[in-house]
Amino acid sequence: MCADTAMQQTPPATAGQADILLEAHDLARYFDVSKPWLNRVIERSERLTLKAVDGVGFSIRRGETLSLVGESGCGKSTVARLVVGLYGLTRGRLVFDGEDISDLASRTGRQTASVRKRFQMIFQDPYASLNPLWRVGTIIGEPLRFFRPEMSAADRHRRVGELLEQVGMSAPDANRYPHEFSGGQRQRISIARALANEPEFMICDEPTSALDVSVQAQILNLMRDLQDEYGLTYLFISHDMAVVKHMSDRIAVMYLGRIAEIAPAEQLFANAHHPYSKMLLEAVPSLEGAGKERTTIQGEVPNPVHPPSGCAFHPRCPHANARCKAEVPRLITRSDGSEVACHGVEEGRLP
Amino acid sequence: MSSTPSSVENSGEQNAIAVTGHEPGAAGQEPVLSVRHLRVEFPTRHGTLVALDDVSFDIAPGEVLGVVGESGAGKSMTGNAVIRLLEPPGRIAEGEVHLSGRRIDDLPEERFVPLRGRHIGMIFQDPLTSLNPLFSVGDQLIETIRTHLPMNEREAREEALKLLREVGIPAPENRLDSYPHQFSGGMRQRVVIALALAARPEFIIADEPTTALDVSVQAQILALLKRLCADHGTAVMLVTHDMGVIAETADRVAVMYAGRLIEIGPVDEVVRNPQHPYTKGLMASIPGIEKRLERLYQIEGSMPRLAAIPAGCAFNPRCPHAQERCRVQRPDLMPAEGSLAACWLHDPVDPLPPRRGEAGEEMAHVR
Ligand SMILES: Nc1ncnc2c1ncn2[C@@H]1O[C@H](COP(=O)(O)OP(=O)(O)OP(=O)(O)O)[C@@H](O)[C@H]1O
Ligand SMILES: Nc1ncnc2c1ncn2[C@@H]1O[C@H](COP(=O)(O)OP(=O)(O)OP(=O)(O)O)[C@@H](O)[C@H]1O
Ligand code: SF4
Ligand code: SF4
Ligand SMILES: [Mg+2]
Ligand SMILES: [Mg+2]
Repeated sequence: MCADTAMQQTPPATAGQADILLEAHDLARYFDVSKPWLNRVIERSERLTLKAVDGVGFSIRRGETLSLVGESGCGKSTVARLVVGLYGLTRGRLVFDGEDISDLASRTGRQTASVRKRFQMIFQDPYASLNPLWRVGTIIGEPLRFFRPEMSAADRHRRVGELLEQVGMSAPDANRYPHEFSGGQRQRISIARALANEPEFMICDEPTSALDVSVQAQILNLMRDLQDEYGLTYLFISHDMAVVKHMSDRIAVMYLGRIAEIAPAEQLFANAHHPYSKMLLEAVPSLEGAGKERTTIQGEVPNPVHPPSGCAFHPRCPHANARCKAEVPRLITRSDGSEVACHGVEEGRLP
Repeated sequence: MSSTPSSVENSGEQNAIAVTGHEPGAAGQEPVLSVRHLRVEFPTRHGTLVALDDVSFDIAPGEVLGVVGESGAGKSMTGNAVIRLLEPPGRIAEGEVHLSGRRIDDLPEERFVPLRGRHIGMIFQDPLTSLNPLFSVGDQLIETIRTHLPMNEREAREEALKLLREVGIPAPENRLDSYPHQFSGGMRQRVVIALALAARPEFIIADEPTTALDVSVQAQILALLKRLCADHGTAVMLVTHDMGVIAETADRVAVMYAGRLIEIGPVDEVVRNPQHPYTKGLMASIPGIEKRLERLYQIEGSMPRLAAIPAGCAFNPRCPHAQERCRVQRPDLMPAEGSLAACWLHDPVDPLPPRRGEAGEEMAHVR
């Protein structure tokens, strides 16, 4: 179906190599979601493969924030997990600061420490990522114990208190257990842990979704301050478009495991090209909209196990034609700095 | 401090706020849920922590009450107290909870259990706690449906597919046999919502039901909740940080801070014309889609820990208007424009003069 995917969505080779921190070439991750063997035999059902990510490429410059947006299930968290090596790659290549880390998922223990200590991930599900049996202080101090064994217990203790305060909590909270905290407080604990070892690169999957807006402002300001001060690089995932706009230098819009459009943040908000990006931006709720019905994206979310042919968006796209149904569109760079995977845009049928 | 909201007793004429406990809602209907002077305590070795302090509100049939407030303010705790799922040693120390006119907080446990799921639907903030990783999504739904409704296996399966379709899971017939870990974060959340709706309960507690969802699925879920309210008179307590969601879905909004209800009123009033200085700060912190600020507005300082809630108004250390009285005397809810706010600036007898020109005045206009 997609014989040409290997070719697409690879970042342009011309980008200044020196300041690129992470390069992702044609990432793919498939999952086997078949029924158990016995059911397959009895019900004569086939093996089913779910292509969660299928040919995603991007690069992130040092000190930059790249955001991933798109509907639930489009593969954002899977990309994040591929990048940190929690899932192995079905296909593709990852280069971190010049080093090929495509096999990170299969490396073990201390072998990975030299790379792993340079990046940290904040998980979408903060509950699942906090060990319920450990005190908060132990949880936050863990990366320090692992990556900086030379640090004294007293220094570590001090650093943990400092981190708790940075995320709007207080040093004595270190003595309590995760279950004694509210949802947002647990999310802040996982943020504090991610910051503990002063990583260079942070992968943030919905880092503030459980936070009220004032704590969210505090965390986002902190993240921006750290970026200004230490040149941190972020891969940022959020469904809150206002937050994405505030944080991002560039934004990649994903649809069903692929990138539909990737553009500088201001550019995307001012003038999105891909029909899906446009719909996504129109669906944003606003405070002005009290009581109003909001424009939603029309049509069914496609079945990821049997994605539509050609451009996966074609069943929902008002501009689809025969070519759209047959041929997978490739990401094409435009003069305004955006890259768009859409036949209509490429042909000039769409602005 | 005093727990009788004396200054509120006469303010029932303001829409359905009715904090008095004796008056029905504005529409004259009996509220589906009525919470009175709720107090939740956590006894610890170092003394008693008060997690909820004198919380009172009503929710009318078909009404959505939005609950917002600082992380850790007690929003989830309020929901947990209503359905009596407080984590020990937490306990309801004072107050009453009524469901459709019946007092439920003092029911013996065996008579309370059947209410959960059947009469009160729960969507928890953490989707993983509601899903069993060892069973397929379909099995869990079918089991829940059959516990509450008189259906056979095949009917329950059809119903499960219908529910999954309603919450926007694409091609549910392909996903019914999947396990929770095979779903994305947002899809798991939708399964939890489907579970909560399974028995068509009359009251739903939705704790951050859409935080893990993208805007379009979110719109779909909210439309579904609203449809349930309109068609079946379901009452909803909607806890969320997303003011856009509140503006779009809620009829009224309750704002919490440090275990207390500090403002409550119709959604338009609270969002557009907040009265309590904390609510003003909260509204000002929302990042706007229209313009990009170098820094987001943030309320300086952080919420007190339960072990160290200041005397008087709990917000006083962070409030630009705080004066001596705020540090001594605790304000109850009092009428403030179209809402009720617990703040001495709105004292009907002797209002505190606001400090002009400080952040508190300007921040409301930042957006
Ligand atoms: N371990 C797994 N096994 C099978 N399928 C999986 C697995 N992990 C993810 N998927 C599937 O891959 C697709 C992408 O999931 P992913 O978690 O990346 O989505 P997402 O974009 O992060 O969505 P959300 O916004 O809901 O978090 C989904 O259809 C999901 O069901
Ligand atoms: N088991 C417990 N023991 C002691 N304190 C607890 C316990 N559970 C919760 N708390 C405290 O009770 C307070 C209220 O928590 P709650 O979960 O209701 O907050 P919330 O308003 O829902 O916040 P969020 O928006 O972050 O989810 C918090 O300060 C929390 O630390
Ligand atoms: S390629 Fe065709 S179907 Fe796809 S978004 Fe563009 S116009 Fe629409
Ligand atoms: S009572 Fe005083 S401290 Fe509290 S919010 Fe009002 S002005 Fe501020
Ligand atoms: Mg995700
Ligand atoms: Mg909560």
